[in-house]
Amino acid sequence: MTSQEWKFTAKDIAAKPDLFLSGHRACAGCGPATVLRLIMKATRGPTIVTEATGCMEVVSSIYPYTSWGVPWLHTAFETAASNASGIEAALKIMKRKGRIGQEHVDVIAFAGDGGTYDIGIQALSGAVERGHDFLFVLYDNEAYMNTGIQRSGGTPHGAATTTSPAGRVIPGKLEYKKPIANIMVAHDIPYVATASPYYWKDMLTKVRKGLEVEGPAFLHVFAPCPRGWRSDPAKSMEYSKLAVETCVFPVWESVNGQCQLSTPSTLVALAPQKKKPVSDYLQGQGRFRHMFKPQNKMLLEEVQRVTDERWKRVLKKCGETSKTA
Amino acid sequence: MQSIAKQEMMALAGDQAVAYAVKQSDVDVVAAYPITPQTIIVEKFSEYVANGEVETEFVCVESEHSAMAASLAASATGARAFTATASAGLALMHEMLFVTSGCRAPVVMAVANRALSAPLNIHGDHSDSMAQRDSGWVQMYAENAQEAYDSIIQAFRIAENSGVLLPAMVGLDGFTLSHTLENVEALLDEDVKAFVGIRKLPNVLTHEGKNVPFRLDPANPMTMGPIALQNYYFEFKRQQEEAMKNALAVIQQVNREYAKVSGRSYGDGLVEAYHLEDAEVAAICLGSTAGTMKTVVDELRQDGVKAGLLRLRTFRPLPVEQIRSALAGVKAVAVMDKSMSFGGNGGPVFHEVRHLLYDTSSHPYVVNYIYGLGGRDTSPTELRSIYENLQRILQAGRVETPIQYLGLRE
Repeated sequence: MTSQEWKFTAKDIAAKPDLFLSGHRACAGCGPATVLRLIMKATRGPTIVTEATGCMEVVSSIYPYTSWGVPWLHTAFETAASNASGIEAALKIMKRKGRIGQEHVDVIAFAGDGGTYDIGIQALSGAVERGHDFLFVLYDNEAYMNTGIQRSGGTPHGAATTTSPAGRVIPGKLEYKKPIANIMVAHDIPYVATASPYYWKDMLTKVRKGLEVEGPAFLHVFAPCPRGWRSDPAKSMEYSKLAVETCVFPVWESVNGQCQLSTPSTLVALAPQKKKPVSDYLQGQGRFRHMFKPQNKMLLEEVQRVTDERWKRVLKKCGETSKTA
Repeated sequence: MQSIAKQEMMALAGDQAVAYAVKQSDVDVVAAYPITPQTIIVEKFSEYVANGEVETEFVCVESEHSAMAASLAASATGARAFTATASAGLALMHEMLFVTSGCRAPVVMAVANRALSAPLNIHGDHSDSMAQRDSGWVQMYAENAQEAYDSIIQAFRIAENSGVLLPAMVGLDGFTLSHTLENVEALLDEDVKAFVGIRKLPNVLTHEGKNVPFRLDPANPMTMGPIALQNYYFEFKRQQEEAMKNALAVIQQVNREYAKVSGRSYGDGLVEAYHLEDAEVAAICLGSTAGTMKTVVDELRQDGVKAGLLRLRTFRPLPVEQIRSALAGVKAVAVMDKSMSFGGNGGPVFHEVRHLLYDTSSHPYVVNYIYGLGGRDTSPTELRSIYENLQRILQAGRVETPIQYLGLRE
C-alpha cells in the first residue's frame, strides 16, 4: 500500500498495534515519545530501528525491559546513520546470498538534535552521500535534554539552556538554529521533509513517503520537551501547532529536490493575515521568559524579523510568491 | 593423518595477504576507511569488489568511527563483517571498540600497527593497539605476512565461536609487514570457505521462552545495545571476561585445526616458544621483531649461550598459564615493548608479564626494553645486546636499570 492509498484515519491508527510500547520512562507531555509512537504506527512492514543515544533511547531500553516491538539497535550518540548503513548493507547482501528471507525490510534511524545537528552530522552526511536506503528521523526537542538541557545546533536563538543561560550579560543562546533540513536537501537525496506531531496525518504520510522512496530519506520532526522548555506538559501539542502557525517551524517536503509547502503551512501562506506573532509561541515557555523583560524587547523583535525572513525563504524555495509574507 | 591441502605460492605484502584472506573468507560486509599503512587492504579489496570477485557489500565510509559503527551494525544484523585500520583510525574508533565488544559483535579487524601522533609518524609501532588493550577485543600479532593471512582466516572462527562472540583484531607491523613483499602460501578458495564456513549465529532465549538466532530479525524482535544500569551493567562486563577466558581454548583449537588444513601452526596459537626448553635468558616480544630475534637466538646458541625467545602471538586474552610455563626455567627475562605507557613504570607488555610472574616460584629477573617507536629500526646487534645484558644481570645477581630504551639517542 503506498502513501497515496493509505488513509491514516484516526481509526486506522488506533487499530494498528503499537510498536513503540507503553511502559517507557519518558516524562509527562514528552513530545518525542508521542512522535515515536505515532511514527511506528506508520511503518509498512518488517522494520529494523536503530537509535542514537539520547532521551528516547534511555527511556525505552532500560535493561531488562524494552519498549520496542521491532528489532532495535543502539550503539552510541553519533552513530544512528552509520548503524543504519551497516544494517542496510547487511540486509542487502544476506538477501542476495539467500541467507535471510526476500521480504523487504525498512530501516529507520532515530536521533535527537544532538545526534543529528551536532555529533551525528558527519555520519549522517556520509550515509546519505553513499545512498543507503533508510529513513532518518530527527526528533528535535531543541537541546541536549537527556544530559540536562544543554544547547545544541538545533536550539533556537534566545533560548536559555544550561550551557546558554540567560545571564546578566548574555541573554540566552546567541546563535540561530542550524537549517538542518536545508542541509539535507543540499545532499540531493530523494526525500526530505519537516513535520509537526500536531498535524499527525501530515507527519505519518511523510514517514510513509520516506520509507517508500529508494535511497535515503530525512524527516525533521518538531518535538516539544516540557522539561527542557520549562513549559506546561499539557501544552506540547499546542506548541507543536503554534510553531507552525507562527512560521517558527514551517512544514514542507522536498521530493527529488522539488520543495513544496505542506498543508498546515500552506494555510498560513494563503492567509498571511492569520499568521500569528512569534510571541504567541514563545510565551509560556520558560526558556524564553527573559525575552519578555522590557530590556530584551529588541531580542523579541529580532526573533520575529528572522522568523519572517526564514519564512520568506521557505516560500521562495517552495515556489510560493512573497505576496503571502 | 589428513593430508595438507594444495596451496598456491604468492608474492604478497602483508596488507595484500590480509585482503586476500578476507576475499576468501565469505565476508558479507566490509566497512572501512583508508589510512596509512592499512591503505593497501582497502584498495585491494575495492579492486575485488570492482571486478566482481567477491560477494561482499563494501561500505566506503567517511571515517573510522563510522567504519566500526557500520561493521558492528552489520554484525548485529547477522552478517560477517570485517574492517581494517591503523593508528589515528584506531584511536578514532576507540569509543566504538568498546561498544562492539559489549554488543558481542564478532567483527574482525586488521590493524596495520602504526605510531600515534604527535609528532605525526606513519611508521610501525604498537602504540595504537596497545592503547586499545582494555577494549574487550581479542588481540593477535602476526610475525610475517604469511601469519597475517593465516590469522585473519582464523580470526573469523575465533570471534564467531559461540563461547567467545567477541571482536578480534589482528595486528601486522606497519610497513615492516604491511608493505613488504613476502612469499605467502595461500589456501585455495574452497578450502578457506570450508574452514570458515557460513557465520553461525548462537541462539538466545527470548522473554517468551523461544530460542531464536542472536540478530536483528523482524520475525523475532530483539533489543540490542540497551541501557543497563547499576543493577545489570556489571554482569554484562563479567560475561565479557568469561568470553575472553573461553577464547584461550578456542584460539588453540583453531590453531590446531588450521594446521591440519594448511600445515602451518603458530606455537599453540597463543604463544610461540623458541629454544626455551633449557633457556636461562629469554626475551618476550610481539610481531615482526620475533623474526630477527630468532636469528639472534640462533647465533647466541652457536656461541653456547642458553638463549630463548617467547613470542606472544595472542595478547588478549593474555595467555597467563602458557607464559608462566614457557618461562618456568628461565632466570632472566627481557620484555620488549613497542609502545609506551607514559609515567607507568614500563611498557604495557612488561607490566603484564612481570605481574603474572609474581605468583610463580621461579621469580626470574624481569627487565623492560622499549624499542622501535615510530618505526625506528632495531638491528640484530642491538637485540643481541639485550641478551648480553641479561647475562650480566645473572652474573651480578641484580638489576641496575629495569627499564631501558633500545637504539635511542639520550
